Amino acid sequence: MTSRKTVLVLGGSSDIGRAAARAFAKAGYDVGLAGRDATALEPDAADLRARYNIEASTWTFDVLDTASFDGFVAGLPVLPEIVVSVIGLLGVQPTAESDLAHATTIMRSNYEGPSLILGLFAEKFLARGNGTIVGVSSVAGDRGRASNYVYGSAKAGLSAFLSGLRARASRGGVHVVTVKPGFVRTKMTEGMKLIGPLTVDAPIVGDAILSAVEKKTDVVYVSGKWRLVMLIIKTLPEAVFKKLKF
Amino acid sequence: MTLVSGWGRFPVVDSEVLRPRSFEAVGAAVADVTGSVARGNGRAYGDAAIGAIRTIGMTGFDRVRSFDPATGRIRLEAGVLLSDLIDTFGPRGFLPFVVPGTRFVSVGGAIAADVHGKNHHGEGGFGRYVDSILLRTGQGETIEISREQNSDAFFATIGGMGLTGVILEATMRLRSVETGWIRERVISASDLDAALRALEASFSATYSVAWIDCAARGRDLGRSLIYLGEHARVDELTEGADRFPVGKNPGLAVPIDLPSMTLNRISIRAFNALYYRMGARRAGGDHVVSLYPYFFPLDSIGDWNRIYGRRGFLQHQCVIPEPGARAVLGDILDLVSKRGDASFLAVLKKLGHGDGLLSFPLPGYTLALDFPVKGDILNFLDEIDRLVVAAGGRLYLAKDARQSRATFEAGYPALSRFNAIRKSLDPAQNIRSKLSQRLFDEV
Repeated sequence: MTSRKTVLVLGGSSDIGRAAARAFAKAGYDVGLAGRDATALEPDAADLRARYNIEASTWTFDVLDTASFDGFVAGLPVLPEIVVSVIGLLGVQPTAESDLAHATTIMRSNYEGPSLILGLFAEKFLARGNGTIVGVSSVAGDRGRASNYVYGSAKAGLSAFLSGLRARASRGGVHVVTVKPGFVRTKMTEGMKLIGPLTVDAPIVGDAILSAVEKKTDVVYVSGKWRLVMLIIKTLPEAVFKKLKF
Repeated sequence: MTLVSGWGRFPVVDSEVLRPRSFEAVGAAVADVTGSVARGNGRAYGDAAIGAIRTIGMTGFDRVRSFDPATGRIRLEAGVLLSDLIDTFGPRGFLPFVVPGTRFVSVGGAIAADVHGKNHHGEGGFGRYVDSILLRTGQGETIEISREQNSDAFFATIGGMGLTGVILEATMRLRSVETGWIRERVISASDLDAALRALEASFSATYSVAWIDCAARGRDLGRSLIYLGEHARVDELTEGADRFPVGKNPGLAVPIDLPSMTLNRISIRAFNALYYRMGARRAGGDHVVSLYPYFFPLDSIGDWNRIYGRRGFLQHQCVIPEPGARAVLGDILDLVSKRGDASFLAVLKKLGHGDGLLSFPLPGYTLALDFPVKGDILNFLDEIDRLVVAAGGRLYLAKDARQSRATFEAGYPALSRFNAIRKSLDPAQNIRSKLSQRLFDEV
């Protein structure tokens, strides 16, 4: 036990999760990394300890196993000050259009699981009277597009959940941050054609998450350009929008 | 396939780029084609970090395994960048012993090129501070190599341009420093003789480097500014200064390929003359500067390689052995100044012994010159190479994109020993780069 604050990163093996963990560790937080395979997270925990001289721990957490959530939260030795969920699954849109199992996995990984676990932590934080919840959603949730609406609709659900949770929890001293990264160069987007000026590296997202927590920002578009791009996309009339293929 | 090039953006060639996420995946990537090489952050200028068939991107391996603040000993994955090490461990009082002119290089790349810094004359190259390396050989073994264990492979890997296998991890020592500031002294030298005398006289300085006005001719030939540096102690900082300065990421960037005429005789002459005069004004007393501008003056401009235009540029970096270096350097500078398109940063520095079989440094003077790719530049550089070879010198493989086999073989007498070790580690020649095809491999 240390006197430092603790952040728990759900999805700790993802590039954005690792970047967020480093940003918080550098700022002096102890870090918990949670993912499907806790042993696979150990090298990242060792990295954080060696770099920043903080305590880092690893936890097994499966976002699809919602029945385990109560036990997961109860099993933590301390309730963290901050929980960050970077969990998400892009999936394959054309497959999801006919394969219901795949579509279900995308929806559950992006909406159901992250919302339920963050909601559960919010209850504990409200009981304590403080804490910060960070959900990494997506600009894809701002409007369903032909090329990725299964993923986008699930992210829209997460964004709506976080928005409502924020309104309720703010009265109880708990802050909720919604992060919409835009294009990020990561394992998830490898091989995709990304638009250079709209694309950032994962460490930028990690720093943006830390900064949003410290400044109590509500909704973060990591690159300001995306706020403008999505504003335009959101205001297009449906008659025009439905003709677009992107 | 993807078009790949080095920092000089010449040549641009096809190679399949993979970014494995585990050491097992690195092994698989090496095993199933004959012709791959590891690539770090892509700062080698020519074709060193481009696989003959496949290029293995290593920057995803960016974890620190362990660090012991009592000894400064660190174990890390090969894709960690020196910029990351400096930003992370600098504030804790530790810096790499050796840094090249850019901090955006990976540890694996720094080992493979056995990079040198402004302290090579006294403290040696990057490899001197590497204790051991985890290497994935072309044959499929993963071995730990050091001065004591598999030492042949170790000395072939230091400076071996990635051709002994993929460097996965390394253990190295960091230097303990009081601050992240450098006490700098600038000396102006009116010609080449004065510059060489000044470098000689400042042999005891930890860091020394000369910037040469390579547009100056006649009496002014070789006029230079010499930058000496020492790590500043806490009591030398101005009051209120942070012990460790903040290294800003490149703010200003060259957004597009500038037209190739941007750099011409007139703009280069004007730039050099101005730079010399501004620097000469600062000459004399000591002042304390942040390590970032001292070690990495060009890092503050993102993508500065684009200033040379779409066709790219060549850096010619040679080293001339000490006895007789003065005459040869004079001849080279004379040719370059008459030609007039040499670049705006020409660097002269004293080197000591190299540690690896193919390490570039040898006791003498190294001269680095940039040229845009155009006209008869390749023939011109061949002409300079003849002077280098005649003087018993050699060219730096990390910068090279065009030297001939004859020049290379003349400059590196340990080559046959290197080749034998390489063959024992990789009999099927699974590890091959565009550079090795050009200079090493049997055809």
